Amino acid sequence: MTTWTDACNAADIEAEDVLRFDKDGRTFALYRSPDNTYFATDGLCTHESIHLADGLVMGNIIECPMHNGRFDYRTGEAKGAPVCVNLKTYPVKVEGGRVLVDLG
Amino acid sequence: MPAARDYSLTGRDAGHALELGLANAKWYKSSISRGELKVLMQRTDGPAIRDTVIWVLSFLVFGGLAAWLFPSWWSLPLFLIYGVLYGSSSDSRWHECGHGTAFKTFWMNDAIYHVACFMIMREPTIWRWSHTRHHTDTVIVGRDPEIAVMRPAYLLKIAGMFFAVPQTWAAIKKVLLHVTGRLEADEATFVPEMERGKVFLIARVWLAIHLAVIALGLYTGSWLPVLLIGPLPTMYGAWLHVVWGLTQHAGLAEDVLDHRLNTRTVYMDPINRFLYWNMNYHIEHHMFPMVPYHALPALHAALKADTPAPYPGIIAAYREIIPALLRQARDPAYHVIRTLPANLTPAAAD
Repeated sequence: MTTWTDACNAADIEAEDVLRFDKDGRTFALYRSPDNTYFATDGLCTHESIHLADGLVMGNIIECPMHNGRFDYRTGEAKGAPVCVNLKTYPVKVEGGRVLVDLG
Repeated sequence: MPAARDYSLTGRDAGHALELGLANAKWYKSSISRGELKVLMQRTDGPAIRDTVIWVLSFLVFGGLAAWLFPSWWSLPLFLIYGVLYGSSSDSRWHECGHGTAFKTFWMNDAIYHVACFMIMREPTIWRWSHTRHHTDTVIVGRDPEIAVMRPAYLLKIAGMFFAVPQTWAAIKKVLLHVTGRLEADEATFVPEMERGKVFLIARVWLAIHLAVIALGLYTGSWLPVLLIGPLPTMYGAWLHVVWGLTQHAGLAEDVLDHRLNTRTVYMDPINRFLYWNMNYHIEHHMFPMVPYHALPALHAALKADTPAPYPGIIAAYREIIPALLRQARDPAYHVIRTLPANLTPAAAD
């Protein structure tokens, strides 16, 4: 069953940027792509558990701020060393100017 | 005298680092706004393409003239310049492109990374992973595979490093091991299983290239091929990257979680900064490794109030490093203690 969690204002995330979102002891990363589509993934890099929200969004890629690990945040796909494990992704929708995430 | 530390990644101090929470730990970071850092992290191809064009042209000019004048003694100064390009400037190209920050276009980072790795004889997959660990656990004994000067400091080995003697010897042994499809025990701690095939493949390609260069020299009856490509230029041109490299961490604290205590930022002139790609801003690089080399002067300015006073030049840094290493040769517990801004005491110092 889908349970939508209210995460933030859509405007809180700049285009081509990322925002950290913590909920119930878990941490997530919310993205706004260059074409203003929203995405969500686990918040920690699968390599060494660094917060991805401190990293750089380039197009559809989030780069870990520590070791250059890169993921496609739309699919969670790890794009090569030093990240070898994909990120978990979560469904996102925007309603009434709010970003809602299905955290599963 | 305290017991010598165990710098291997599988030994006594590796266990201590884990027990003490020094592995994969939270490090001090100077405060900088997300907006400012995001601007500094932005990628662009322009500066690195410009610098790489100059770099390649320099190889062609100095290497070409050296080859043209060889075997005349007039070729010697040209070989010395070519050697610095080959054996020293390759260090920063390896480093920056390994971080994936020099160019915006990723294949450009990868291409220059592989060329520079070959020049400085650092196997690309091994060193990508070892440098990842170096950034996670900077100068943590038993964790960091890239500690240049271990304690007690062996001065003869340090002297040999200026001609890449220990580095090249180690590199040749490792390539020959990897050719057979095996890793050293330390390497197995930081290179994941799925990456190991690449290590073995590249070692075999490298060996084939080196053998081809030697064969060319034998066929032509000339030293020229091995003076231009392979371990010789790596060695006769190494000295300057060691001059730069020792300023990074040598003589400073081990096992601290604050880059301001175990890393130096040293002001350098534009020629050194071009060859070294601004890695003299080393505290800043370690705190925020995804800031490209061309933005490091701006990052330095942004963090200056929260970092120790930078050294005014290479000579000033060596005024501290040389006495420190001489003392560490007989007193392994000794290290330089950096003064933090606002008279903060480096409480984490060992």
